[in-house]
Amino acid sequence: MGRRDAKIIAPSGRTHDDGEARSLVPGACAPFKAAAYCYLYGEAVFVTRLIERHPVWALIVILAIAVLLWLIFAIWPPGLEEAIGRKKVFLNAVFNGITLGGLYFLVASGFTLIFGLMRNVNLAHGSLYLFGGYVGYAISVWTGSWILSFIVAFVSVALVGVLLQIIVFRRMEGQELRQTMVTIGLSIVFADLMLWAFGGDFYQIQTPSWLIGPVEMPLATAVRSSGEPIYLQYPIVRLVIFAASVVIGIAMWLALNRTRIGMIIRAGVDDRDILAATGVQIQLIFVLVFALGAGLAGIAGVVGGTFQSISPGEDTRFLLASLVVVIVGGMGSIPGAALGALIIGLAEQLGSVYIPTYAIVVTFLIMVVVLALRPQGLLARR
Amino acid sequence: MSLIQPAELPVVTPAGAARPSTAGTWPEFDNPAAWIVAAILLIMPLIANGFFLIEIFGTTLILGIIALSLMFLAGYGGMVSLMQLTIAGFAGYMYAVFGVSGHPNISLGWPWWLATPMALALATLFGTLGGALAVRTEGIYTIMITLAIGAAFYYFTNQNWAIFNGHTGINNVATPHFWGVDWRSDIPFYYVVLAVAALCYFAVEYLARAPFGLALQGVRDNPRRIAALGFNVNAHRVAAYAFASFLAALAGILQVWNYRQISPGSVGVERGIDILIIAIVGGIKRPVGPFIGALIFVILRTFALDFLVKIGLDGNRFRLLIGLGFLAIVFWSSDGVIGLWESWRRRIRTGASGLRGKQSHG
Repeated sequence: MGRRDAKIIAPSGRTHDDGEARSLVPGACAPFKAAAYCYLYGEAVFVTRLIERHPVWALIVILAIAVLLWLIFAIWPPGLEEAIGRKKVFLNAVFNGITLGGLYFLVASGFTLIFGLMRNVNLAHGSLYLFGGYVGYAISVWTGSWILSFIVAFVSVALVGVLLQIIVFRRMEGQELRQTMVTIGLSIVFADLMLWAFGGDFYQIQTPSWLIGPVEMPLATAVRSSGEPIYLQYPIVRLVIFAASVVIGIAMWLALNRTRIGMIIRAGVDDRDILAATGVQIQLIFVLVFALGAGLAGIAGVVGGTFQSISPGEDTRFLLASLVVVIVGGMGSIPGAALGALIIGLAEQLGSVYIPTYAIVVTFLIMVVVLALRPQGLLARR
Repeated sequence: MSLIQPAELPVVTPAGAARPSTAGTWPEFDNPAAWIVAAILLIMPLIANGFFLIEIFGTTLILGIIALSLMFLAGYGGMVSLMQLTIAGFAGYMYAVFGVSGHPNISLGWPWWLATPMALALATLFGTLGGALAVRTEGIYTIMITLAIGAAFYYFTNQNWAIFNGHTGINNVATPHFWGVDWRSDIPFYYVVLAVAALCYFAVEYLARAPFGLALQGVRDNPRRIAALGFNVNAHRVAAYAFASFLAALAGILQVWNYRQISPGSVGVERGIDILIIAIVGGIKRPVGPFIGALIFVILRTFALDFLVKIGLDGNRFRLLIGLGFLAIVFWSSDGVIGLWESWRRRIRTGASGLRGKQSHG
């Protein structure tokens, strides 16, 4: 597919691969003054290059997206409804998948951030999620404030993250395997402590009254015999939470790409040692990133407790979700986590509607296909 | 598999006859402690009653084999796989599906001597494919991928009713019964487990010294150099997975014979992590480690409740104890309790001076 020819040879003689080509682009569009425009231009060039390099895959992906969009927006012909069921079911599954993807993104972005910078596969990430959920539940019962439960969950789980990084992980820097073992031990200890404190019950965080109830979406599910379209009703709380996770994702992307700290973090992801040699207080950055990643897991816990429920065992579920999301999207990449979360969320929900007893296999197959074709993940740079 | 098959031939038999020449290859034969342990294990049915025989020693050996398969991968291949229990569970499920069980609509009703090789072959294939997937990436990613495989299998068994019978699992699995012996009654079953465990132990011990094992250790230490020497690095890794999967599958069959049932709980993620704990606590550098770890684990699991209650604590905090113990081992010893034991002996022998320098090699 002309992949080799399209590679850019840097003056040093090193070949740059897909992702690195993107980092060259902003310089190329320096004459454009508006930075955001410049970045969009960069993304556009990246996408065109991707299409040039993998025309067949690009075609398949574009076709799949087109079919999905048609399924979402068109009024289904009767033959299709007979074949795969009502459009309302499908639309609900799609929206559930997208909003679940938002939740997965919250969990996985922290996981991937911590991994990308510190090479620490934090297998206690699910425990942080669950802890955030329990804290959020306790606060929302105590004060009755949903917003406050987010803030407290973020702060307290971030604090746990800070303590972990300072007390435990700093002592074993560079020993990736040992750190991972420690996170496994910690996840066992945390799981049992939380079981001790909260028991095996299911908790659900109360949705605030201003977010209860459905909202009418501008998407027709069917047409009445009178010719009047029936619109999809969807719970508003899920949409709000999804919007919030998109905002968090964009904020994180901007913070990583637009601020000095973000620049330092990105440099650390690429080469930690050189960054430390330039005099950056790398330990401080590590603590900061660990706090942010853990805090995001805490927020996700509150979201998950509102969406679904929190109980022992959810930690494993969300750990698995973040693992798969990060493997699919690319380890250490925030856009990768977003893409992976969307794919996995959709696959899980559509799978559980259309092939209920094999739903997890779909998720798993996606991981297998990605590993087989692009072992570093869809949007990873390495 | 072709790389591995010869490994299982020369186990035990010729060793006793030609002792001086094999002493270099089999360190166990020079070690009086090993002979004592072997003798105790052989006469165990005379010492222990049924509960101890099966619940403690049988379970220890079975868990030890699964942990041994992990030890082989991690210790010699440098690949920490969290799916070994999943492979064992898969073998158990396959045995229950192909053999006879209390669910005639699921089980195919094959006799045990057909169902067992089928289950072994399928589980080895499953583990090899999983391994082939895991070797696509390197090092730390292996943990993530194998954990994802294990967790996915757990959720799959929970939601699939057609083959795995959902969360109730498959009960009343028939166990072998031939030559007038019920092989699931305590004493015969103990000897079956012991024989399989010994076979696996010596197979791993042998393979570690065979060209394949040496190449594998080379791959662990410096894959690039081994590749430059003309070895196919990934083929060695996948072959190691195949061998380890076979060990785990053997243990899985024994496990389903032991409990006569299998359910998603048997392949849960916590159980899979328990296997890692067993291997790490016992020591991941020698094949005997996993068995020591399994003994500690099983004794803790069986008696921690009574013990904790006796000293006035909540008996349900068994997992907390396991987790803290695991953390302590990971913090203070790179080679589990064997490492602790050896550094303690060295300290006695040489005094405290100069300990640190030596320890880093041990």
